[in-house]
This record gives sequence, C-alpha cells and structure tokens, in this order.
Amino acid sequence: MRRFVRSHATELALLAVIAAICVFLSFATDRFFTLGNAFDLLNTSSVNIIFAVGLLVVLIAGGIDISFAVAASVVQYLTATVLGWIGGGNWIVGFIIAGALGVALGCINAFLIHGFRIISIVATISTFNIFFGLLMFFTGGVSIYNLPDWLTTRVVLFEREMADGTWAEITLPVLIMAICVFATWALITRTTTGRQLYAFGDNPEGARRFGINIGAMQFIAFGWLGLMAGIAGLVQAHYAQEVVPNALYGRELDVLAAVVLGGARLGGGKGSVLGCILGVLLVSITQNGLNLMGVSPFAFKMIVGAIILAAITLSNTSIERLLPFLKSRRVHS
Amino acid sequence: MADQALDGAAPRPLLSLRNVNMTFGGVKALKNVSFEVLPGEVHCLAGENGSGKSTLIKVITGVYKPEAGAVIDYDGQSYSHMSPVTAQASGIQVIWQDLALFPEMTVAENIAFQTVIGRWPRLVNYAEMRRVAINALQRLGVAFDVDLALHHFPIAQRQIVAIARALVGEAKLVFMDEPTASLTQSETDYLLDIVRNLSASGVAVVFVSHRLAEVLEISSRVTVLRDGALVGVYPTKGLTQSRITELMTGKTFDYSVLHRDLSTSPVMLEVKGLSRPGEFEDVSLTVRRGETLGITGLLGAGRTELALTLFGMRKPKSGSVVLDGKPVRFGSNRDAIAAGVAYLSEDRLSLGLIQPQAIADNMVIASLDKILSGGFISSDRKRSLVNRWIRDLGVRIGKQDDAISTLSGGNQQRVAIAKWLATDPKLLILDAPTVGVDVGARAGIFDIVSKLADSGLAIILISDEVPEVYFNADRVLHMAQGRIVGEFTPGATTLQAIEEAVYA
Repeated sequence: MRRFVRSHATELALLAVIAAICVFLSFATDRFFTLGNAFDLLNTSSVNIIFAVGLLVVLIAGGIDISFAVAASVVQYLTATVLGWIGGGNWIVGFIIAGALGVALGCINAFLIHGFRIISIVATISTFNIFFGLLMFFTGGVSIYNLPDWLTTRVVLFEREMADGTWAEITLPVLIMAICVFATWALITRTTTGRQLYAFGDNPEGARRFGINIGAMQFIAFGWLGLMAGIAGLVQAHYAQEVVPNALYGRELDVLAAVVLGGARLGGGKGSVLGCILGVLLVSITQNGLNLMGVSPFAFKMIVGAIILAAITLSNTSIERLLPFLKSRRVHS
Repeated sequence: MADQALDGAAPRPLLSLRNVNMTFGGVKALKNVSFEVLPGEVHCLAGENGSGKSTLIKVITGVYKPEAGAVIDYDGQSYSHMSPVTAQASGIQVIWQDLALFPEMTVAENIAFQTVIGRWPRLVNYAEMRRVAINALQRLGVAFDVDLALHHFPIAQRQIVAIARALVGEAKLVFMDEPTASLTQSETDYLLDIVRNLSASGVAVVFVSHRLAEVLEISSRVTVLRDGALVGVYPTKGLTQSRITELMTGKTFDYSVLHRDLSTSPVMLEVKGLSRPGEFEDVSLTVRRGETLGITGLLGAGRTELALTLFGMRKPKSGSVVLDGKPVRFGSNRDAIAAGVAYLSEDRLSLGLIQPQAIADNMVIASLDKILSGGFISSDRKRSLVNRWIRDLGVRIGKQDDAISTLSGGNQQRVAIAKWLATDPKLLILDAPTVGVDVGARAGIFDIVSKLADSGLAIILISDEVPEVYFNADRVLHMAQGRIVGEFTPGATTLQAIEEAVYA
C-alpha cells in the first residue's frame, strides 16, 4: 500500500483534487452532478485526451513538441481536401489519410531533432511556425464547411433520456479516444519499445550504452504523437463539423500543461497514461464547472492557470511533506 | 614484468592483452601495454588520472580499437580488437562511474533491462524480469524491493543494482570504474563484500579506485600504469599504500604529521554549544589563525550539516559563533561570504563548479564585486585575478576560456579553491576536497592547504578518510551522531588509534 502511494503519488493527488472540485461543484451548481454533464465532459475532452496521450509519449522519451496542434490543423485541412478529390471516402479512409499525414509531420520533427541534433523545443517551435504559416498562406485563412456527410454525421454510441427530457449521450469521439488511450497504454507499458522509450528519456547515455537505437526512439515518439495528432485532427473536424485553419492554434499549451500536471516530467522518463487523462480532466472539469456557475469566460484562463499551479505544487513537490509517514526514515549509521 | 604465479601452477588467464598501443592526436595514451586477468580474481588497475586506465578499459570493452599488432586473448579466443557487441556477448561488463542506470524505472527493470532489448518490439514479461532480478540480487546475497523505482535508493544500493545488472548479462569479467568514489566508509565496506561474493562465484573483477586502502583490501593483484606505460604487476600481499603511490607517480611522498606551534596564534573561529536538533548537538570548537582543524566521522555524523551551518546556509537552533573576535549570526551564505567564510562543497561536480563554463568565469564567480569597473565586469581585472590564482595554485590549464569540464579532477579542485580564495576568506572550510582526485594531485592540494594555513588562514578540513585528516590537520575532531566525541593530536596519537575510534 505504502509502495503504491509512493509510486502513484501524482495520480492520487490529482484524484483528490478532482474529487474535491467535483464535491464542491455538485453543491454549488445543480447541473454539474448529472449523467448528461458527465458525458458532455467526456465528449468535449476526447480530442484533448488524444493529443495528451500522444504528447505523453514524446515527454517520456525526453522531448517536447509545440507543433502538434497546428500539425493537426494541417492534417485536417489536407485530409478534407484529399477526401474532396477522391469523392467522399469513409471513416477508415479518413483515418488512414489523417494518420499517415500526422505521422509524416511528426517524422519531420524527429528528423530535425535526430538528424541535425536540434533540441526538440527549438525544432518544434520552428515547425510550429512553418506548419501554421504554410497553412494560413495556402488557405488564405478560409475555412472548409463542405465536408463529407459521414464525417459530419453525429454518431451516438449510447444514449439515455433523462428525467428532465434531455438526452445523455456518448458519441464516437469517446470511443476513438478510448482506443487511442488503450493503444498508448499498451505501447508504453506493455511493449519492449515502450520501456526503451522510458529508458531513453530517463538516461539517454545509459540507453545508448545499452545499444538502444536512439534515432528509432525519436521517430517512434514523434511519429506516435503525429499519429495521435492526425487522429485528433480528424475527430475535432467531426466534432466541430467544419475545418477552420486556426481552430487548434494555441491548444498545444493547454495540452502540455495538462500532461505535465498529470505527472509527466519535462526532461523525460516519467509519466503515465492515467495521470495524463486525470490532468486533462482536471482542467476540463474546472472549465465546465466555471461555465455552469456562470463565471465570465474571460476569467477561465486565469482560474485554470491558478489551479494548474496549485495542483502541480501539491502533487510534485510536497506529497511526502504533507504525508510524513511516507518518508523513509533517515538512516543514521 | 611477467605474471606472478600464485600457488603452484598458474591457472590459464581469462583475459590476456599484449602489445596494446593507442594514440590520440599525437599523444600516446597507451605504450605497448600488456594486461592479464585470471578467472575469478579481483585485480586492481592503479594509476593516476591520464595514466591510461580508462583507455585500457575502453580497449578491452571495444569502445576503442587499438593500433595494429595488439593481441587480445579472451576466454579461449584471440582478437585483434574488440567491439562493444562482442565484448558484451562474451561476458565482459562495465559498471560505469556514472552508473548508466534508469532512476525512474523499478529495480527489477534496471537489473533485467537486457530482456527488453531486441530488434523487434515484443510484449514485456514483467514476471520474468522480476524473477531474473531477484535471482541476480540473491547471487550477491542481498534482497531489495525490486518493484520500487530506483531513485528511492541511496547511491550505494544503486551500485549494487548495477552489479546485479552485469550478472544478468552472464558476466565473466566485470570492470568497476571508481565504484566507491561517492560512497562513505560503511557503504564502501558493504560494496566490497559484494565484490568478494562476486569473485567467489567465479566472476573476475577489475577494480579501479583512487582509494588505495580499498585496493589493498580487496585485490589479489595490482597492475600499475604510469603515463600510458605498464609499470608492473604486483601481488597485493606485501604492498603498502605508500609503495603503490610511489609506483603510480614515480615519486616518493613524505608522509609525516604536522608539527606547528600555534599556541600563541589568535583564535579565528570559536563555536560554543552549536545545535541543530536531528543534525548535530552541542558542538564546540575553536580554530586558530594558521591552524588546520580536521573533522572526521561516518555518514550521518553531521559533518556537512555543521559546515553548512557555519557557512550560513542553515540556521542553528542554539549556540554561538565568534569569528575573528566578533560574534556572528548569518542570515544566508552571502552574509557568511562577506564576513570571510568560504566553503568548498563536498560535491564539486554538481554544486561547486559550473561545468560547462570557462575556467576564468568559475574562478571569479564568488568575487565578482572585486572585478567590477564602473558597475561592469572588467575583463582586464578578471584576467589578472585569474592569472594570479592560476600561478599561485599551480593549476595546469590550456586557456582561461576553456570549459572547466576539460580539466582533471585535481585541477578542477584547485580552481574551486581559487574561487573561494578570491573572496579573501578568513576561514576556509574544505568538505571532502579529494573525492575523485588522484594521489599525486591530492598531495598537490594539501601542499596548497598547508601554504594557506601558513599564510594565516584558519582551515577546517572535513573528510571521512582518516589518514587524510591525520596527515594534514593540526588537530582532529571525531564526530559521531551529531556530537563531537573525541579530539586527537596527530603528533601524539597513532593513525590506527583514530581509525579504530572512528570505524568502531
């Protein structure tokens, strides 16, 4: 038990914070504690969770990526265009196109980082600007509203009518999110490749001496994030029912904050899928609650920022100080 | 120097090297070196920094390719050079000085990491990993919680994890490069026991250490290198520390205790009843101008905590400190520096010096106010200050602007001392100043310490190596569990008596 607490300190702290916020919101608003609202939260968080698990893999491998959200915008736009050329397509074709484009953009980052030894934050700030600049230049900022029917039709996987006549629904993005979450979890905890990614992020020199292929690690990490970004881009287009070139601009920092909040370490070797999901949920629950409480949207960012700061302080630095029994006793020899 | 036959017929060597030559950019790093290890023996490789030890290890492990003509016979096979892959596959393992472990991963994963290496991705078999790890630890006679992340363990236990990892690789020959550099005495004893177990189970160990006491304790033979050439191979029985030092440096050192009469010298530091509960209690001591006070003791004795308190980085709960006749109470180490206290950190690599920065910049970092000209740093003043210290302390450097990381351990330590001398201190606290510094360079550092004392500085020398304080301090205090439990005068006590008191 003590060992479990020690090795899952971040996740437990996050759960506690989320529980506290939920209890508060349940009493402060009458809409929060309903099935409909819970499902809404899941539906709206799906895209961010897909981004987050992708980014998690890069952070674990010791990198960082600023470009994935605008890369997803590029993917959205190109996929919509290609789907237009081939005359419609379907979900499978859509995922293949979006996934392949996403992986390609991720591999550009990996190539710059590994091939030219550029540190990842610099490389991806550059590609962030390049991707976004190219997108705005070629599209002229024009949105696409004319999407194939299959992409814009809402797919409800589960629904239930509530006592007040509203419908609580779980939609397709939640399923796709669940698949991405499971796949990422399996990759990083169950496969040898995943453990190599952790090792590489934890101690790159140690990993190199073990004969781990460093280049492959970079391509796998950034390629995986690219894949997730491509999928998230398509899902976001489905959810929003349009492709707006700058719709995802700025999303990278929200996701990054949520993932770091979830215990992933900037610098590598540390982070879990559960923590990552909890991080995203904490942010979206807070926003959702503020919304329901009728707080001005202009105050959202400020409050979310403060919560992230508080939660990170709680979970990363002083769990052992708050709960002294966890501390191994000092050895006097 | 042929191999010395141990009892009767010599067993066939596990590893035998001949005619090994290496040149780096015109400098001969290895000159016609031969080297031999018997199965299951503990063999020490001794030599100063730059004597070719690391280069030799890298030749054997396949990191470097020796010049043509070299012969490497290992385990019945003959090679002209090794590759890292063949070396590992045939059971040659290195435990690197910086460990190459993964702190965030569990002990089991660290030990059995080999099982997740492979060309193609597979599912991880955690049960198998645990089994392999527990098995390896059992062979070493230890039991750890293998499911806990490695960063929860102290450095000595991480070393053992590294050794266990080597065992998983079916090691026949293990190289340990300075495994005890960051360990205290009791941790070192623990590690040496593990090395004995390893050797008893048939694994040959090549042990590299600057601490000659350990070399004498653990090894059966010693190979000495100097300036890239083989000095000789000696059975450990019959060697002494001073003999090894002579062989390594080619010089004889005069080990004698200090006899300075300081009874009339004014008191520089007087500490009375200083306490920080849980760290140290009721510490009283005096240091006179020109005196070197040695403080020794085991891990957790509170030595470093006491030093940090005198340096203003921790606040005492009770007690008084009088420096140069004035009572002082430091709010921070800035106050302490201003009052004339300098503290040379025990962890030079990470705390004492800023490794990637230039030598000159490191030297002036604690005394920037002295080189200001009109509010800005004057490069002329900086240069002349730095030149003075380089000359006075005999630091061997290329250029002032080279990064500190290009210097050897001994020269880095000189720069660290210079950094503090530039602040014109009255009291200099040296905390474990010779960790990772080789024998010849140690003597150089203590020459400097001795000259500084003669110039009127009061010096506190902290070390867990008793001989170091015995030969270099005027008085020695023994600290245990936060208290001063003994005071010795080296001239009136034997080294053995102090060692018995400390290690009892």
